[in-house]
Amino acid sequence: MMLEIENLKVKTGDVEILRGLSLSVNAGEVHAIMGPNGSGKSTLALAIAGHDDYIVTDGSIKFKGSNLLELEPEERARQGIFLGFQYPVEIPGVNNAYLLKVAVNAVRRHQGLDEVDAFEFLKLAREKMALLGMDPQFLNRGVNEGFSGGEKKRNEILQMAMLEPTLAILDETDSGLDIDALKAVAKGVNALRSDDRAIILVTHYQRLLDYIEPDYVHVLSQGRIVRSGDKSLAVQLEEKGYDWVREAASA
Amino acid sequence: MSTESENIEDLVNRRYEHGFVTDIEMETLPPGLDDDVIRAISARKNEPDFMLEWRLRAYHQWLQMKEPTWAHVRYTPIDYDAISYFAAPKSDKDRPKSLDEVDPKLLETYEKLGIPLHERARLAGVAVDAVFDSVSVATTFKEKLSDAGVIFCPFSEAVENHPDLVRKYLGSVVPQRDNFFASLNSAVFSDGSFVYVPKGVRCPMELSTYFRINAANTGQFERTLIIADEGSYVSYLEGCTAPMRDENQLHAAVVELVALKDAEIKYSTVQNWYPGDENGKGGIYNFVTKRGDCRGANSKISWTQVETGSAITWKYPSCILRGDNSVGEFYSVAVVNNFQQADTGTKMIHIGRNTRSTIVSKGISAGHAQSAYRGLVRVMPQADGARNHTQCDSLLLGKECGAHTFPYMEIKNPGARVEHEATTSKISADQLFYCRQRGISEEDAVNMIVNGFCKEVFKELPMEFAVEAQNLLNVSLEGAVG
Repeated sequence: MMLEIENLKVKTGDVEILRGLSLSVNAGEVHAIMGPNGSGKSTLALAIAGHDDYIVTDGSIKFKGSNLLELEPEERARQGIFLGFQYPVEIPGVNNAYLLKVAVNAVRRHQGLDEVDAFEFLKLAREKMALLGMDPQFLNRGVNEGFSGGEKKRNEILQMAMLEPTLAILDETDSGLDIDALKAVAKGVNALRSDDRAIILVTHYQRLLDYIEPDYVHVLSQGRIVRSGDKSLAVQLEEKGYDWVREAASA
Repeated sequence: MSTESENIEDLVNRRYEHGFVTDIEMETLPPGLDDDVIRAISARKNEPDFMLEWRLRAYHQWLQMKEPTWAHVRYTPIDYDAISYFAAPKSDKDRPKSLDEVDPKLLETYEKLGIPLHERARLAGVAVDAVFDSVSVATTFKEKLSDAGVIFCPFSEAVENHPDLVRKYLGSVVPQRDNFFASLNSAVFSDGSFVYVPKGVRCPMELSTYFRINAANTGQFERTLIIADEGSYVSYLEGCTAPMRDENQLHAAVVELVALKDAEIKYSTVQNWYPGDENGKGGIYNFVTKRGDCRGANSKISWTQVETGSAITWKYPSCILRGDNSVGEFYSVAVVNNFQQADTGTKMIHIGRNTRSTIVSKGISAGHAQSAYRGLVRVMPQADGARNHTQCDSLLLGKECGAHTFPYMEIKNPGARVEHEATTSKISADQLFYCRQRGISEEDAVNMIVNGFCKEVFKELPMEFAVEAQNLLNVSLEGAVG
């Protein structure tokens, strides 16, 4: 088991958002987490990544058999957990390539590998960018500085492609994307699919799942998973709307 | 007025009294300042009469001036009678014999900054026979410079060998009366650097490497004069990223730059004087007057500074844009941590037509430190087509520090275009989390974000210095977050 979440309760401020969530993810699987606004999708993503504002009050998260909650965010990242942010932050003046290279080498050091030099790094980055249909000029810009919504999301996927995580969590990566950007993002994610990796897609809409086919779909409502199924669940959800699961949750 | 000038003349012409001639042999003059002390300094340096006169005039003007209090800094009053105004360089027997005798903390910092081993000893003040291979290197530089006709020497040598140039330009940018600290410097300055670049010459090297290996103990009242004759270019680098210890608490330097027609001077500073300990004890008071005069048409003066040291920094490198189409630039990063205080900025005085100035100021405050940007943009009535752009950003690390901005604008020409942008920001928790989620430690993330904030200024520094400046920033802010 790669990721094992049991009875997870998380609050931010005084508000309890996750109220006993359980989820198991194996290597090689793609899970989609769907649900209405405010159901706790992003909270789940940020809690796994270790954001300070999200306090775990009960339950456990295990990653490859060990307790994830003891680790700092950077330690979780170095162990192979990647979060594609819903709202990637701008860091003015910090070169996109620089941040990426530091990040790649932080992970490599943790794995006991040699650091990549600038030449190897650029070669690798250009390959990945070609795959994602990104202009190499991206590397020379400030991190997300003045990027459009679509550019920011592609940049997240580029980072993921470079870091080659064990577990990738993509938080509403599809929101605000036009169809071309959506296809590019899907291409990047699909290229990463492999037997020793897992991917969690957090999304509001079924649309993304036309391009990235999930093995499992979970529906989140009021801080709990209220329904799990295969891809057809997403289609059902699209037809019947979220009221259908809300009723199920309160039933 | 006339009685005053008579007095000065009278004083100037007075012979050495109290048998001061013998006192000149002393290593260090007793504390306090009067005419005799100034005579002694001048005599000790074998200065011509005009220099002594000049010093005495400055001293008498200084006596009538008051220490300024307008800066946003606080410190215990300086007792000017307790300072000794002339001290011979320390003799070797007072110095540490080897690096083993040097404060390990200091050595640790050199390590972090990546200072080459052979430079560490000199910086720490270790008595060494020769500064390793620097002698031969210096000779090579000297030959190259003299082939180009560039004069680059200690100020006292210039007074001896090029008195006409000194006489013509000394005090022509920063007059003796300019301000309290500049007057004091004019009266008692110990030494400094002199540069003259002849017509049409592009100085064949950055005057940096040379300076670094030759930096003499110029003491607390340093004087620098750089003249770029018509159509010439020079880039001058002052200071060092390594922390410099000094027993003198008060530093009052003066730097004058003169750019004639079509000439360009680029002046870069990295200042890292001892800032005092974590509790604000000790540390250098750095009261500096730096000014450049774009005297000729199409001339350009560019100041770049990275200020991380000193307990108190009071410094406003300025440009007088006298020549038509002349350009003034000021790029500054000022970092204050613990209990440091900095009041720094610039003045851009637009006199000529179509003069342009750019100001980019980045202030970073951490700990309990306070930083202030103080800038003046003045456009005179005749300065048709003058343009200024000012950008002034502050970054706060922590809750106890402060950043203040005091922009002054005096626009007397209706056609001038003056823009001012100011921002104050904190490193956001979101930025930190973003970096940490990518596997980067919190400390590295802070350094990365701070360096990004300063990028516009760092890119103005010569390459090799820019890297050192980044390291310096990281060391200065160690432990500021977390």
